[in-house]
Amino acid sequence: MLSKKASCDSHGQDSSYFLGWEEYEKNPYDQVKNPTGIIQMGLAENQLSLDLVESWLASNPDAAGLKTNGESIFRDLALFQDYHGLPDFKKVLVEMMDKMRGNKVKLDADNLVLTAGATSANETLMFCLADPGEAILLPTPYYPGYRFDRDLKWRTGAEIVPIQCTSSNGFKITAAALEEAYERAQKLNLKVKGVLFTNPSNPLGTTMTVAELDHIIDFVAKNHIHIISDEVYAGTVFDTTSFVSIIEALMQRKLENTEMWNRVHIVYSLSKDFGLPGFRIGMIYSNNPAVVSAATKMSSFGLISSQTQYLLSQMLSDNKFATKYVTENKERLMKRKEMLVSELKNFGFACLESNAGLFCWVDMRHLLRANTFESEKELWEKVVCVVGLNISPGASCHCIEPGWFRMCFANMSEETLRVAMHRIKIGHRATMVKPVKFSPKWVRLGLSTRSLIIIFRSLVLFLIVSKCHFV
Amino acid sequence: MASNSLLSKIATNDGHGENLAYFDGWKAYDRNPFHPTQNPEGVIQMGLAENQLSFDVIQEWIMKNPKASICTPEGLAEFKNVANFQDYHGFPDFRKAIANFMSKARGGRVKFDPDRVVMAGGATGANETVMFCLANPGDAFLVPSPYYPAFYRDLGWRTGVKIVPVDCDSSNNFQVTRAALEAAYEKARNNNINIKGLIITNPSNPLGTTLDRATLTSLVKFINDKNIHLVCDEIYAGTVFSSPKFTCVTEVMKEVKNCNRDLIHIVYSLSKDMGVPGLRVGIVYSYNDTVVKCARKMSSFGLVSSQTQHMLAAMLLDDEFVTNFLETSSKRLARRHWIFTTGLEKVGINCLKGNAGLFCWMDLRKLLKDKTFEAEMVLWRMIINDVKLNVSPGSSFRCVEPGWFRVCFANMDEHTVEVALKRIRAFVGVEFEGNKKRNNAEVFVNSPRKNRWGKDGLRLSFGSATRRYEEVMSPRMMSPHSPMPHSPLLRAS
Repeated sequence: MLSKKASCDSHGQDSSYFLGWEEYEKNPYDQVKNPTGIIQMGLAENQLSLDLVESWLASNPDAAGLKTNGESIFRDLALFQDYHGLPDFKKVLVEMMDKMRGNKVKLDADNLVLTAGATSANETLMFCLADPGEAILLPTPYYPGYRFDRDLKWRTGAEIVPIQCTSSNGFKITAAALEEAYERAQKLNLKVKGVLFTNPSNPLGTTMTVAELDHIIDFVAKNHIHIISDEVYAGTVFDTTSFVSIIEALMQRKLENTEMWNRVHIVYSLSKDFGLPGFRIGMIYSNNPAVVSAATKMSSFGLISSQTQYLLSQMLSDNKFATKYVTENKERLMKRKEMLVSELKNFGFACLESNAGLFCWVDMRHLLRANTFESEKELWEKVVCVVGLNISPGASCHCIEPGWFRMCFANMSEETLRVAMHRIKIGHRATMVKPVKFSPKWVRLGLSTRSLIIIFRSLVLFLIVSKCHFV
Repeated sequence: MASNSLLSKIATNDGHGENLAYFDGWKAYDRNPFHPTQNPEGVIQMGLAENQLSFDVIQEWIMKNPKASICTPEGLAEFKNVANFQDYHGFPDFRKAIANFMSKARGGRVKFDPDRVVMAGGATGANETVMFCLANPGDAFLVPSPYYPAFYRDLGWRTGVKIVPVDCDSSNNFQVTRAALEAAYEKARNNNINIKGLIITNPSNPLGTTLDRATLTSLVKFINDKNIHLVCDEIYAGTVFSSPKFTCVTEVMKEVKNCNRDLIHIVYSLSKDMGVPGLRVGIVYSYNDTVVKCARKMSSFGLVSSQTQHMLAAMLLDDEFVTNFLETSSKRLARRHWIFTTGLEKVGINCLKGNAGLFCWMDLRKLLKDKTFEAEMVLWRMIINDVKLNVSPGSSFRCVEPGWFRVCFANMDEHTVEVALKRIRAFVGVEFEGNKKRNNAEVFVNSPRKNRWGKDGLRLSFGSATRRYEEVMSPRMMSPHSPMPHSPLLRAS
């Protein structure tokens, strides 16, 4: 009766990833009303710097009141549905994107297509580049919760073929992995149209190295396919100099005026860097005029609300504010990450060394009963149910090694993060009587004492894992 | 470009529909837009179905309710929550507000369930989403003609769904009949085309009429008998300005015996009723639970900005505002419709009797050289180039009878309407009883002897009948929804 799309589940929403969400929805943590509820650590949101935006708004009543020079522009905004988007907005967006790339690139506003969120941008690009049944290669682990499956595959009919990355080299993309993925696609009779990667990576929190980018460029050149670089976390890189955008990598190899330049496309959004996911501000940047043209027309299916375009264009054209925001935001993210990473280290959990993102990629392999995904699921269920933390299991990110988990740290107050850390420390979600301070005292403890604590706590967790059942 | 072979078929085909002649008029307007003082000889845009008559009502509400904006001192406290909110269910208050507005726009005769309200990227996104939910690539939907030109893109471009037109003509005022539907359905089946449903726009674009209860009932019975879907695009529901009252499909669905509610779906938007296309508020409202769930997941591709949801939630839950707005808008549309249609009648031009919408379906068959679409094109190019009005030719709506034109009247002020009417009068050049002044047609006549006479003695003034329409391709791709050329939003600071 309905379409195949309505009845199938390639929107991915029935994956176990979402079961954690459901548990959270049923029993969400609240410091006062529900102190033993589940803490949401599965949501890659950035809530650390909204106060900066709020204070800008408080000092800029004209933008707030939809006025320009005191004159109301409500009418013009209400009517504005041009799919080219607000010119002022696109101008400040490319300027900001340049800034985030250390001004090593100079992007052109005419190459920018506005879409309702990166979700829409990714889907639109797929519609432009791949016919149903064609494939793109995607390094694992990738954007959890099967979101990429929904965004890239569901309505487009495209296929994803993973590029397997492992912890042996910090999950970096290798030339061999690219070749292997391509061969696998060929064996499946899938025509490969491109490589898509998230840089900085979700869930790894790392920026791609020049070597990795070079492997991809060589691979793409050889096979005459597209590059899609999802750079939604570009503004979360703690140290700007360490971020190399695909555009910069191409420039370094002097490929600007080559045919390859036209096969490179970037996805961006303000949802992560600016913490404004509700506003649905996404975009595609492409050097290919035909892609810009087609994507612009397709953006009709998901334009950005004119009042939102206007608000952000006013805000971002305040250069002082924009620069201050980007800098301050990064500092706060870095501090928060260091807090989490050092505490996890004290509890015996190593994190993949990261320099970006709103999350840590945590190694919990040593807690697995066996090196299997069933074991990972069991551990995860305990972490959700007993310890009371909704974190994302590696399986939901298509990781090929069991035992890795993504833990988000920027979507909660510092207070809540402390509660979360306390729970990890004690292995369950009892109410905290006194807040635990993140003091460096732990570091000063003698090695033997710390080891004892780690061993004790691991034992507790092991006992819980083997005895409890997921309710 | 060599790299074009690397793009998808969808990216490189014409499914976006923008190469239609429909957009030629836009290009002429874009090059030479009318302005009352700065460019009084420019082209008047009458091809854009926008409702600009009642912004003052909305603006007044916004000024009196600063809390509805997350940017004002009064509303700033909500900023964080709103900016962070991306749940595809949408704000509960927003859904409640939409359900409330939809109900009031239908005179309160129907109650809508907020839990069935699903967001989409405008009605554009809503129509596409519904197709993705109901049909597979290669399936088809019946669409009564004349219909909204962009259906070609919205229903079929990325979905692969085909349109099977059900042709209607003036013999019965373009009403779609059961017989016509049956015939189209059978013909499609005989050609191995799988019909998944029927989509209607009610009130109709471009006709400006509402379906009477009997007709709507027969449509519901038809789809029920065939077990196919019915999608009702009710985007103009709140623009009904005279009788007969609007009958929503929900009212009929309740009356038809054994009606399968899983087949009934409504597409809605605030773009026309409230005149706010820039806010991108599209709605899918389905009586089929699976479709609601599926459409809701798909709404991720076109959610309404939370900032907009928040503002509209407050506005549309204000019953006093909604009632006042709908009444005021309706009155103003009625008046504008009356001014325009009587102005046309004075020069012997009739329109289909309409009671809704933002346009008239104008009958210019008498002015055609012959009953062909070529003649319609010639007349149309004349209207753009010489009369300098961008109107939309019936062929762009797939009308099967040449000579009909859609003329929009709600996207301009009254002065501009008068200018447009004056130009039409001059173009038609007729002396009408009661109007003693002879219309000055000199401007459009290149040779006094060359005046042609139509059937009813209407004399056309041809300024450039033989001049070929020269298209100057603008280097910049043009949006089918070109904004006002003098909008401050377009002036880069």
